[in-house]
Amino acid sequence: MSRQSLAKAHQKIQELSWEPVYHEPYMKYGTDYTFRKAAKKDPLKQVLRSYFPMQEEKDNRVYGASDGAIRGNMFRQVQERWLEWQKLFLSIIPLPEISAARSMPMLFQAVPNPELHNGQAIQMIDEVRHSTIQQNLKRLYMNNYIDPAGFNNTLRDFHSDYCGTIGRQFAEGFITGDAITAASIYLTIVAETAFTNTLFVAMPAEAAANGDYLLPTVFHSVQSDESRHISNGYATLLMALSDEDNRQLLERDLRYAWWNNHRVVDAAIGTFIEYGTKDRRKDRESYAEMWRRWIYDDYYRSYLLPLEKYGLVIPHDLIEESWNQIWNKGYVHEVAQFFATGWLANYWRIDGMTDEDFEWFEYKYPGWYEKYGKWWENYNRLAKPNGHHPIVAEDVDYVYPHRCWTCMVPCLVREDMVVDQVDGQWRTYCHEACRWTDAEAFRPTYQGRETPNMGKLVGHREWETLYHGWNWADVVQDMGMVRDDGKTMTAQPHLDLDPKKMWTLDHLRRMPNVASPNVILNEMSDSEREAFVEDYNKQGPAGRPAGIGGEALKS
Amino acid sequence: MTSTEERPERSVPKPVFTDAEAGAKEFPDSGPSARHYNYFKAAKRKQTHYEDVTVEVQPDPRHYLTQGWIYGFADGSRGYPLTWTKLKAWGVDDPEPERGPGSGGKPVENWPAHGWHEFRDPNEEWELTMYRYNANVVRQINQNVENARNAKAFDQWSPNWVRFVERNVGAWMHIEHILGLYVFAANNRSGPTNMHNTAMAVNSEHKIRFAQDLALYNLTLTEEIEGFDGAAHLDAWNNDPVWQGARKVCEALPAIRDDWGESIFATNVVFEPLVGELFRSNLVMQVAARNGDYVTPTIVGAGEYDFDQRDLRWTVACFAPLTQDREFADHNKELMNGWLQHWVPQCLEAARTMQPLWSQADAKPPRFEDSLDKAKNRFAGILADLGLETPKELSQ
Repeated sequence: MSRQSLAKAHQKIQELSWEPVYHEPYMKYGTDYTFRKAAKKDPLKQVLRSYFPMQEEKDNRVYGASDGAIRGNMFRQVQERWLEWQKLFLSIIPLPEISAARSMPMLFQAVPNPELHNGQAIQMIDEVRHSTIQQNLKRLYMNNYIDPAGFNNTLRDFHSDYCGTIGRQFAEGFITGDAITAASIYLTIVAETAFTNTLFVAMPAEAAANGDYLLPTVFHSVQSDESRHISNGYATLLMALSDEDNRQLLERDLRYAWWNNHRVVDAAIGTFIEYGTKDRRKDRESYAEMWRRWIYDDYYRSYLLPLEKYGLVIPHDLIEESWNQIWNKGYVHEVAQFFATGWLANYWRIDGMTDEDFEWFEYKYPGWYEKYGKWWENYNRLAKPNGHHPIVAEDVDYVYPHRCWTCMVPCLVREDMVVDQVDGQWRTYCHEACRWTDAEAFRPTYQGRETPNMGKLVGHREWETLYHGWNWADVVQDMGMVRDDGKTMTAQPHLDLDPKKMWTLDHLRRMPNVASPNVILNEMSDSEREAFVEDYNKQGPAGRPAGIGGEALKS
Repeated sequence: MTSTEERPERSVPKPVFTDAEAGAKEFPDSGPSARHYNYFKAAKRKQTHYEDVTVEVQPDPRHYLTQGWIYGFADGSRGYPLTWTKLKAWGVDDPEPERGPGSGGKPVENWPAHGWHEFRDPNEEWELTMYRYNANVVRQINQNVENARNAKAFDQWSPNWVRFVERNVGAWMHIEHILGLYVFAANNRSGPTNMHNTAMAVNSEHKIRFAQDLALYNLTLTEEIEGFDGAAHLDAWNNDPVWQGARKVCEALPAIRDDWGESIFATNVVFEPLVGELFRSNLVMQVAARNGDYVTPTIVGAGEYDFDQRDLRWTVACFAPLTQDREFADHNKELMNGWLQHWVPQCLEAARTMQPLWSQADAKPPRFEDSLDKAKNRFAGILADLGLETPKELSQ
């Protein structure tokens, strides 16, 4: 930066603000929000003359650390259990990042305040940075980590995998539908302000504890940009709040965005942090403890609650319910168990839990062993091929779950599952909040009000549907999750790289075919469906069938 | 006597030797051939770093997005519709794979599924390159301005030249800003692939940076030159008739309806050479030194280099293959010719409206008609690179 002060420079560039005279810009992206009052100042006060050198300096540090990690043989100390889960995480995250870049022009048009556009443009550039720096980190892992499979096929895998689509909400939700719902409330107010704390701060700390100091190097550098984005969201939110007509929409969108972020991010990051680590020190924070600190205290109590005085209706009930899901209903444990149940449809290796892990879980989550211990013992017993099927096709007291039509995480807390007939189809939902999202929020009218710009939930939202009736070996081959010998699977339910201990397509041929729970649900008569729901709600925890004593283990 | 207090052992993770580095064991996929992204075909023999961090990040239902896009707009469109431009690349009219119960994923058998995926930004821009480039530019500009300030270089400017810079070089910042934010950034949501959208985002950075470079230069001049009116650029932009033609056509570019292809084509292929370079290269860069100003050309020259060496390069690489497309060459040429008929007259009118600028400085630049001829020749050369004929409108 030259001798001009940043404040003066920023004030000067406001002279660039454009008020059209001859032609109005084309408004491609609509919103049902209105912004008639109270223009806010650009909160970033950033000019590119100082921004570019600052970012270059940050890059120099990141790439210097990358070189150092390779020269210092970091991978001799990296825990495979940890890095395998990065095959999932780093396949997901570049798309949300680049989607955030793509979402910024939606705000240029929806928020008629040229001063804010400067900050949004800088966020766009930041997001291009994040996406490509993360693709580059993954490339480095692929080149230097012992097992490149799953990194090398990363984006094909992510786009077709049975849990990749869950993560895709955290991208498409930023760029589609009502511009403010997507690019402001879902992206900046909730995803970035609340959940990047666990994504980009808590998780990298766990990476470091597992011998990987590159993930923290990259992601803390990324997080240093996020504070700017949080300011963008806050300025837009205050503008929206100053118009009474927006309050109903804000209440709707905050409920949707909060609950969906909780379902998606807590599922993924909770699993990585709790089940991807080898660090079992009793005094290291559990995901639940991190969540309480980073999200409940820092976001909910410090950021959201003060906005009540401006008229924001905060979804207290859903925030408390999210905590209830994590602490009392075992949400993260149920998700990790589901990921491991379907290990064969993934593209990373999932390590089983050991006695040391059991002890830690029991210490952090009293009662864990009674609920989940037996299943993980079965997972270990069935980890290496020995004449049996993968665990999903063996009798281990686990009922394969139905998908939630909205968040696409399965309905794992069985007592919360609800069904509804929406758009002529019977759908299962993991919770009433997800049913509401699909059946009421994402509709062209909301509580009697026209919402013509609201988006829609579309697509083949249940992965199993596409492979209904298929042999598992053909499924894995169709997805391309096979190693270069043409038969050994990319995924494995253990970390042993001895080819004799690895599963191949041949082992899957004898399995029963894939069955889509949703296809079956829609073939049921009314009475069969009622009986199914009654039975499903009695199942669990840990996917236990109804009537075998699981009820007593529920909180 | 001193004593050392025993501290309790700190709780820290213990390093563990895992031997998880490449080559430690042999197993399927452990070899060097498995250590590259294998889900796309490189444009050249070896896949580049740029391709690795860019290609396929934006998914496509015709490739591996087997469950399809999961969010839709109210009108039913979803993802990045290929219909958000009227241009076509081979394969786009082929139906998307139909997927449903028991269909399987139907992943693409021959990558790519359509011609849009063949585009690569010849500048190979990603985060590392864009920060290095732009940081170098702003550093150099800062140094140039600082050096000029220390050397009292602005004292040599005549009053007429001061007026020229405060009004006209100042007015140009608005054009760069509008194009940067409301054409290039605005369209980075619309392109069919990640390569297109990232190229537009990087083009946008150049424009926004250049606009700010001019604004901050204007601020420096306000501080350094007694009587320099830092607000005169606003009066020129809002009220001066010589600028209203350029403003009118510049504002028409963000008003293009729902066609990112036309937006980029009209801006980088037509407006930039006929109006942008006409003003920057064929006026400011020619006349400044004659009026004792060696600083302004270095700032304007940085923006000129952005366009000439980077923004135009990716634009030609994007549009030229479409005029040779194996399926839609005629369709695309007809469309682009229509765009030329629409935009060339507007840009020429804007150029001619700027003609009085050529006589404002004490030391005169080349004649306006000569400058315009140079701009037209340059424009015709770009069209030739794109495989397009020079439109008859250019002779107006």
